[in-house]
Amino acid sequence: MPQMNLVQAVNSALRTEMRNDEDVIVLGEDVGKVGGVFRVTQGLFDEFGDDRVIDTPLAEGGIIGTAIGMALYGLRPVPEIQFSDFIFPAFDQIVSEAAKFRYRSGGEYTVPMVIRTPVGGGIRGGHYHSQSPESLFIHTAGLKVVCPSNPYDAKGLLLSAIRDDDPVLFFEPKRVYRAVKMDVPEDEYTIPIGKAKVVREGEDVTVVGWGAMLFEALASADEVAEEGVSAEVIDLRTLWPVDIDTIVESVKKTGRLVIVHEAPKACGFGAELLSLVTEKAFVHLEAPPVRVTGWDTPFPYTLEMEYLPLQHRITPALLETAKYIP
Amino acid sequence: MASGRDALLEHYRAMYLIRRFEEEAARAYAQGKIGGFLHLYIGQEAIAVGAAAALREGDQVFQTYRDHGISLALGMSAEKGMAELMGKDTGCSRGMGGSMHFFDKEHGFMGGWGIVGGHVAVAAGAAFKSKYLGDENVTLCFFGEGATNIGGFHEGLSLAGLWKLPIVFICENNQYAMGTPMKRTSAISDLTLKAQGYGMHGDRFEGYDVKVVHERVKQAVDRARKGEGPTFIEIETYRFRGHSMSDPAKYRSRAELEERKKKDPLVITKDQLQQAGATIEDLDNIEIQVEEAVKAAVKAADDAEPAKESVMFDSVMATKLGPQNREEAAR
Repeated sequence: MPQMNLVQAVNSALRTEMRNDEDVIVLGEDVGKVGGVFRVTQGLFDEFGDDRVIDTPLAEGGIIGTAIGMALYGLRPVPEIQFSDFIFPAFDQIVSEAAKFRYRSGGEYTVPMVIRTPVGGGIRGGHYHSQSPESLFIHTAGLKVVCPSNPYDAKGLLLSAIRDDDPVLFFEPKRVYRAVKMDVPEDEYTIPIGKAKVVREGEDVTVVGWGAMLFEALASADEVAEEGVSAEVIDLRTLWPVDIDTIVESVKKTGRLVIVHEAPKACGFGAELLSLVTEKAFVHLEAPPVRVTGWDTPFPYTLEMEYLPLQHRITPALLETAKYIP
Repeated sequence: MASGRDALLEHYRAMYLIRRFEEEAARAYAQGKIGGFLHLYIGQEAIAVGAAAALREGDQVFQTYRDHGISLALGMSAEKGMAELMGKDTGCSRGMGGSMHFFDKEHGFMGGWGIVGGHVAVAAGAAFKSKYLGDENVTLCFFGEGATNIGGFHEGLSLAGLWKLPIVFICENNQYAMGTPMKRTSAISDLTLKAQGYGMHGDRFEGYDVKVVHERVKQAVDRARKGEGPTFIEIETYRFRGHSMSDPAKYRSRAELEERKKKDPLVITKDQLQQAGATIEDLDNIEIQVEEAVKAAVKAADDAEPAKESVMFDSVMATKLGPQNREEAAR
């Protein structure tokens, strides 16, 4: 089985589905001849031609707007937004149009579009190339939001997303793009949208993460194990619709919860997860749930490693939560 | 004409400063002292210097992420710029912005923008301020040809044209929006046609001769200052390096680059100076002074204190009530 990094795994998923289905179209800035700023779409232009792999002007609103129109008539566009920080000129199209089409046409029209976009920090991009805006889209009814942490999941989830009839925001953690290689089948396979995965079983505390921070959570779980704390790690994979049952089941076992995300704390997705767990498992909680997140500041250029909720911040949170005595 | 020659010598000094600053920035980047993205202005120097020379104190300037050149041309010190690149507290944005997000209030520089087209309507608002207050200041708004396709560009120009604002839009057309040439992303090749739709003056010329840039931008700036409305200027230019340090620029040929380098604005200005009677010694003196200034800037930036977490938290909002996690961060 070939070893792939996340860039190659996403490329493999796109190639697979473009071969399967002529309705799949890729469009975005530099995605064609150049192969994308992170080279995720490399080679697709040569294989599928310029009417299926489209270099667009710099015009995010136009890219997403036209992709919505394509999708309404049965095509399956996969637009790329070069950085998720650049998505805001298209925010209106996503929130006002893509998210509401099925609803306002009484279910007659769907928007089977997947917006792929690199997310998160770790490359010192500063405030316009590092943000994690996922909660803005989760807050908008009508959108699915996916964020794989690793190459294998990325391929399987992207194939599911392209085949899904709803609009999907597909966030690719750019810090992971070339950081991890693993076995990824050349053939097609899918991972269901809406299913989290327990990636490490534990007894004492549950830690929930996604994207690049999942690896930090795993590293912290290893670290606290040396101190006799057994952490259960859940990779959310799909952020919305959220697999709350997997989290609640885990919290019922451990009684303790730590949520990790790069986005700022205020109204970050951790706030919603924490509310849901409190609603569904209040009596099982044995310690105050904790969020380890980015600060409520713009994403910094210089102080990136202080801003990100990395292992050095997750580990003490796990220890304190696991050892908390009411 | 001695005064003309002296002015041109100063233009040369400013262009040479940008060139050497950028080369040292590239070196510092390669040494790992600068992180993230670094977009160099090498090849485009005549535009920043010629345009800055057309301004007066009080005018305001907006630029894209390729913002080192105009900052230096407006008078920001190389030290402040280099320190910002290295994420130091002495940087022009106290290490919070980095390469793409310079600021220099003292010299009227309103910032470099990492979001394409995000600044165009903001610049129109700054020009509205001048019209409203009658301060007779002019706003310059720079962007690349790639930005002329984005919604923010059109909305900004639409309002500036409608309200006859004292603003000059300068499109530095360096032929490539990152890696994609303009002919693959624009239905028209003369971008001043877009200005027509917004009822403003248009001008279009090559940006390799700093004197030409100065004269033509000055015409537009004067027009704006007199209340005769905005101008859209398309200036043909070329970047000698990739889009950023991580771009090997494989989308263009070596031959094309070599051809373009024949129009190096520094070489053109140097030739003009020698024809005007400047001596090799005059030019050498300038180059030596600039070399020393850039070397000192690198040294000062190396030695400066790193950016501070307190600045990060304190600068989010005017009131210090803002971030809930300051105490958490202090732990």
